[in-house]
Amino acid sequence: MMAHHTKTDLDTLAQNLWQQYSGRELKPKDRLAIPPQEMPSQAPDERVANMDEVALGYTEDQVKVESLRCLQCANAPCVKGCPVGIDIPRFIAKAAEGDFAASVSVIKESSMLPSICGRVCPQESQCQLTCTVGKSLKSIDKAVNIGRIERYVADWESSTGKRENPEVAPSTGKKVCVVGSGPASITAAADLRREGHEVVMFEALHKAGGVLVYGIPEFRLPKRIVKEELDALAAMGVKLEHNFLVGRTAKLHDLMERDGFDAIFLGTGAGLPKFLNIEGENLVGVFSANEYLTRSNLMRAYDRKKAGTPLYHSKKVAVFGGGNVAMDAARTALRLGAEEVTIVYRRTDEEMPARREEIAHAKEEGVKFLYLHAPLKILGDEKGKVTQVELITCELGEPDASGRRSPVEIPGSEALYDFDTVIVAIGNASNPLIEKTTKGLDVNRRGNIIVDEETCATSMPGVYAGGDIVLGAATVILAMGQGRKAAKAMNAYLAGREESA
Amino acid sequence: MFTILEKKKLSAEVFMMKIEAPHIARERKAGQFVILQQGGDFAERIPLTIADADTDEGSITIVFQAVGEATHRLGTLEKGQAIENVLGPLGQPTHIEKFGKVVCVGGGVGVAPMHPIAKAMKAAGNDVKIIIGARNKDLVILEQEMDTIANELIVCTDDGSYGRKALVTEPLKELCEQWKPDLVVAIGPPIMMKFCTLTTKPFDIPTIVSLNTIMIDGTGMCGGCRVSINGKTKFVCVDGPEFDAFAVDWDNLLTRLGTYKPQEQDAHHRCHIGLEIKEGEA
Repeated sequence: MMAHHTKTDLDTLAQNLWQQYSGRELKPKDRLAIPPQEMPSQAPDERVANMDEVALGYTEDQVKVESLRCLQCANAPCVKGCPVGIDIPRFIAKAAEGDFAASVSVIKESSMLPSICGRVCPQESQCQLTCTVGKSLKSIDKAVNIGRIERYVADWESSTGKRENPEVAPSTGKKVCVVGSGPASITAAADLRREGHEVVMFEALHKAGGVLVYGIPEFRLPKRIVKEELDALAAMGVKLEHNFLVGRTAKLHDLMERDGFDAIFLGTGAGLPKFLNIEGENLVGVFSANEYLTRSNLMRAYDRKKAGTPLYHSKKVAVFGGGNVAMDAARTALRLGAEEVTIVYRRTDEEMPARREEIAHAKEEGVKFLYLHAPLKILGDEKGKVTQVELITCELGEPDASGRRSPVEIPGSEALYDFDTVIVAIGNASNPLIEKTTKGLDVNRRGNIIVDEETCATSMPGVYAGGDIVLGAATVILAMGQGRKAAKAMNAYLAGREESA
Repeated sequence: MFTILEKKKLSAEVFMMKIEAPHIARERKAGQFVILQQGGDFAERIPLTIADADTDEGSITIVFQAVGEATHRLGTLEKGQAIENVLGPLGQPTHIEKFGKVVCVGGGVGVAPMHPIAKAMKAAGNDVKIIIGARNKDLVILEQEMDTIANELIVCTDDGSYGRKALVTEPLKELCEQWKPDLVVAIGPPIMMKFCTLTTKPFDIPTIVSLNTIMIDGTGMCGGCRVSINGKTKFVCVDGPEFDAFAVDWDNLLTRLGTYKPQEQDAHHRCHIGLEIKEGEA
């Protein structure tokens, strides 16, 4: 494991590099020689005792040095890797010049949420995957740290207090709503409002932000950043209505026919936790990752003195799954006082769907990883509380439909392990509420809403959908991309209605 | 929104509140519930069944017993004040049709959610008999309201301080033997519902119960409310709250309800100090 470097150390290194490389003509060879800038972070032993953000963000010199590493490729492979097509070389060039205001405005041409995406986007499988620098240096870890630069300029903007909200066109007299307040809905709401429509955002919970608030922990995405985005929407005139569950508080048809909404965007997310359906899954001490994280994040149960929502007292925690949510749950459990937390995953490190960075952070913090093990059943005591988990050892077989080698159980390798808590983090299915309460809205076999790929239009005229409710559990940036796509089509749809009216 | 239009203390620990909530009032049906959150960022979300609604006035009525920190806090609010968050109506409505003879059993504050169901059953042309149970006289609620619906109302208390000294299962068993109902609906403490189930089972009388489990969002997202129904996992918030009583794994339900018992006892004690409420006075 790498030794921990303090932010000051890293900044000193960057200052030296900046003096060495700035103010002169750099050849690609020079740029490739600049070492990638490490993200300053809280020391692992400190951060497991708090909920504060782990990654601290680049210093000014670090961001400028990192930006110098970009080759400004004419074919810009990074842009092709970005789901929303941000003009990456251009924003990095501005950052290298120290013109952060210009840099962030380049990003905002294509992305609404740079401070969020700079933190939670899987850059290593998108823009940074195709980066020429990484390819030349034969390591994805050496690609230009595009996400960290993005985060820096976005944070810079909010720290200046001079954040500019998009201009709102004169009123069109049209009324639209977005259902849900996660990344897809935030993006759609902004783009719809910009066009001059009246926009209402419906959120079921008492706090808006969707998965950004109830799912992703504070130590990975501070809630003040999400709040800033929601405040920006409010400043643009988007009306946020809490405690409104579409399908129950009002049905979709009623919103259109009775309440006068001209178009609707559904961004309700994938809010239905999957379970393994193994014996013992309803014992006391078994939680879905959603429940575990929601208690800690949304209900703020991590603050035991103030929170009304209780937390289970855990000592030995098993987390089933290998995605980002599993990492979030494991790292949360450590922060909530568990003595030992183990990720139980059926395949190996290589196949883990979680971001490398999250896996590395979890390991640094002391989360244990038990690879090639699959849960068979959960055992409890006479009070119905979890005491043990039966696991079976697996080996990797042939690749499955996902292209990953599938785990094959080895007969006779079953063994019992002591745990008092189990967190199931094996993904989410789509919440069927709107589909079940709306006639004429087509969904696929998995319950995802079927949309036109280009426009995000559903089977119901005037109703559009995007994000996890369409994609299944995906990423923030993909949700955002769909929100944007849908809003564009909705704006066209509404303009068309105006003409024909 | 969510202004308290009326507040009544039904007994030492039980409150009735009429809340302005026009959307919920318009959509709600018998058997559905709401989730409330009151007291700022750190406050707990609590599920409560809707006892009544008035669509003209745009109000819903809730009845709750101050048992935990959140319900105690709710109980300190007065008419004219507003509740911060009320989400609903949640869950599946009660299946109402003409079954014939229906017995409605309500225990403790469970009488409140039973009220709209009994009313709807009666309106659907059923012959309705109602059993109300409470620990003592002071905790008997909505007796008059139920009396206007029921063809026969039986009130029992555990200590005999009012009505018949019996558990609700006694008169229920007698009705099963003599009146032979076509359906029994039981709502109350889980242990009461379990024993109602054990009472009707030998007579093979279809029995419906309304479960009130641990819950956070109430939209199917957290899965904290899961119960085992005929060996299959169901979510009370979206699949329920009502289930076929014979299919419920009662022992699992009861142990799951105890998940946070140590923390809850701690919180109960804390809120009595914090809100300066004397023990027994909510």
